[in-house]
Amino acid sequence: MSENIALARNYLNTPRGLKSWLLTLDHKRIGVLYLIAIMASFFLGGVFALLIRWELLNPGRDIMGPDTYNQVFTLHGAIMIFLFIIPSIPAALGNFVLPQMLGAKDVAFPRLNLASWYIYLFGALFAVYSMFSSAVDTGWTFYTPYSTETTTSVISMTMGAFILGFSSIFTGLNFIVTIHKLRAPGMTWRQLPLFVWALYATAIIQVLATPVLGITLLLLVLERVFGIGIFDPAMGGDPVLYQHFFWFYSHPAVYIMILPGMGIISELIAVFAHRKIFGYNAIAFSSLAIAFISFLVWGHHMFVSGQSPLAAMIFSFLTFLVGIPSGIKVFNWLATLYKGSISFATPMLYALSFLFLFTIGGLTGIFLGALATDVHLHDTYFVVAHFHYVMMGGTVMAFLGGIHYWWPKIWGRMYSEFWAKIAAVLVFIGFNVTFFTQFILGTKGMPRRYYNYLDQYQPLHAFSSIGSWILGLGFVVMLVYLLHSIYRGRPAGSNPWGALTLEWTNSSPPPPENFDEAPVLTHGPYDYDKVLVEEGSPARA
Amino acid sequence: MTHGKEHPAYLAHHFSEVEQQQESAKLGMWIFLLTEVLLFGGLFCFYTIYRAWNPDMFYNAHKFLNVELGALNTVVLISSSVTMALAIRSMQLNDRKKTIWFLVITLACAAIFLVVKYFEYSHKFHLGQLPGKFYTFTGVQGNNPHIFFSVYFTMTGLHGIHVLAGMVAISWVLYRTVKNNFSAQYYTPIEMTGLYWHLVDLIWIFLFPLLYLIG
Repeated sequence: MSENIALARNYLNTPRGLKSWLLTLDHKRIGVLYLIAIMASFFLGGVFALLIRWELLNPGRDIMGPDTYNQVFTLHGAIMIFLFIIPSIPAALGNFVLPQMLGAKDVAFPRLNLASWYIYLFGALFAVYSMFSSAVDTGWTFYTPYSTETTTSVISMTMGAFILGFSSIFTGLNFIVTIHKLRAPGMTWRQLPLFVWALYATAIIQVLATPVLGITLLLLVLERVFGIGIFDPAMGGDPVLYQHFFWFYSHPAVYIMILPGMGIISELIAVFAHRKIFGYNAIAFSSLAIAFISFLVWGHHMFVSGQSPLAAMIFSFLTFLVGIPSGIKVFNWLATLYKGSISFATPMLYALSFLFLFTIGGLTGIFLGALATDVHLHDTYFVVAHFHYVMMGGTVMAFLGGIHYWWPKIWGRMYSEFWAKIAAVLVFIGFNVTFFTQFILGTKGMPRRYYNYLDQYQPLHAFSSIGSWILGLGFVVMLVYLLHSIYRGRPAGSNPWGALTLEWTNSSPPPPENFDEAPVLTHGPYDYDKVLVEEGSPARA
Repeated sequence: MTHGKEHPAYLAHHFSEVEQQQESAKLGMWIFLLTEVLLFGGLFCFYTIYRAWNPDMFYNAHKFLNVELGALNTVVLISSSVTMALAIRSMQLNDRKKTIWFLVITLACAAIFLVVKYFEYSHKFHLGQLPGKFYTFTGVQGNNPHIFFSVYFTMTGLHGIHVLAGMVAISWVLYRTVKNNFSAQYYTPIEMTGLYWHLVDLIWIFLFPLLYLIG
């Protein structure tokens, strides 16, 4: 391995210049561009999160008035959902890794790939405009009739989400075609890394669900501009219809967020337990099962919206079904760990965090899927804690695990393992202090989205806010050592973790064409029982 | 990178064969069409719910749509689908001149469709048969007749935008055909435009009976 990465020809330095980056068709560079944009969004959404927790430190006013507070939590939600978490894993890490995992030179439609990044920026521009004009205060769900009446800039934010939808569809479309048509010679579906399976299932949801959000938001804009009456009861319309339309997309979207995270966890668990993944088929097909069921459960967001009791019972039953493929995954990961030789490198710390936190998030989802329990817990902090355990404890932990895992491949350099472990521990502790507290707050009856609260909730709110500072500190530490590693990290070598998937057979950072010679498949992605692999060197069959 | 076979100019570097590239384009296009179906699916849902709630009003309101013009437009669009298919066929036979002609006719049909639509729209604007709160017409019996016109304008309006997008796509492949970019070996963009155009026609074939031929 070359000691001097700067001199070796790789995708980062060939060709050079800002223009070559902004017009690049290379999926690796587009992945890096996405990573930068997404981390900027994450930072922005995170600042709003810290402001929310600061305001909630005490009852009454701390730093902002109630109207501002409504705008801040709406922006936190909208930015985290549409600008960060939905594109996070697929568009950034997926773009970088997927073609390499398949042994391909690029995704099927490189120009569409670049276009999706510019569309993302364009959509983000609308969202930012909404922030600075008069920030939207409806909550990220834009429920009618309030969203058609409020004077804040609903239209620019919904148009932003509409445009971002195109970006998401183009990424999904590109991935489906790439996985179908650009696999290396001899790579069958059963030899695909599980991250690829997860991206495939995700892409199916992106393609099938996002257009429905598109038309929903379009109808909302038409309702606001032309008063077409579809969601307005005074004109013979139905506001609950908006909720049906919205959740028909937005529940599957939850799986757009979590499925790629599950894919990363499958990679991390096998690599750092140095063991063949247990139940490959079960994990692969449970991704598709989750994608399928995800379209049939939207009504569980509407148990108290006046839908018929029969519909509610059916949606409740179908919601329980999602627990089965999710449970299958968790147990297969645990079985992979059993008798493995586990290394506790930073990515693995995040994978193990994921196992704990996602399981809590998933199980509390079952509580909420039960009709009677939901009536009690609906719109309380219990729900807030539940989806943060799934979204942040699940997806974000997996995303961080993935970033640390592929970081040496992306930049060719290692980060400081010491500081990375400290950050991982801070994030884990901060997360639980912040959000486990909110489960308790919720069961005690604290409603979500409220600006003010009774004095009895103050200690728990304050505890949760302290957690958010620990979490923030963890991210600051992470930012520092990751940026430092890009310039000062030690060279990583082509395969620092001793992994068996194809992206670790090329150099780090990879050459512009991904592989110097067309890769030949000599073993499966998890054949640790057949292949001798040493950390720091490519696998030998 | 070494490639065993010859690499023609229209074959992108990351594909190893023309066939692989062509199949990828087709699969991608079909997935895109699927997203279009789902986009319109929301509107068909919108239509179904409000018609189920207001069957009489829908029946009364639809009488104010001009069936003759709607039927004319249906014939125009179906004809344009035929000429689009013939344009692809001609390119497969390496007959560039015919391809150009068929594309021009397709484009003309699309334009005729929009002109007819313009006359239909302006007549309704004139009568105040407008969506939602702009509705001022008084001749329709039943509850909330503005909803029918909301449905009508949303569905045909979104379809009209798709016709415009189709015209842009057809003009682009026409330009490239004139520039001699295509041959019997490579005509994927024409084929993709054709797929898109057929979908635009197909949606109209559903819109016409649902809106104009109620009852």
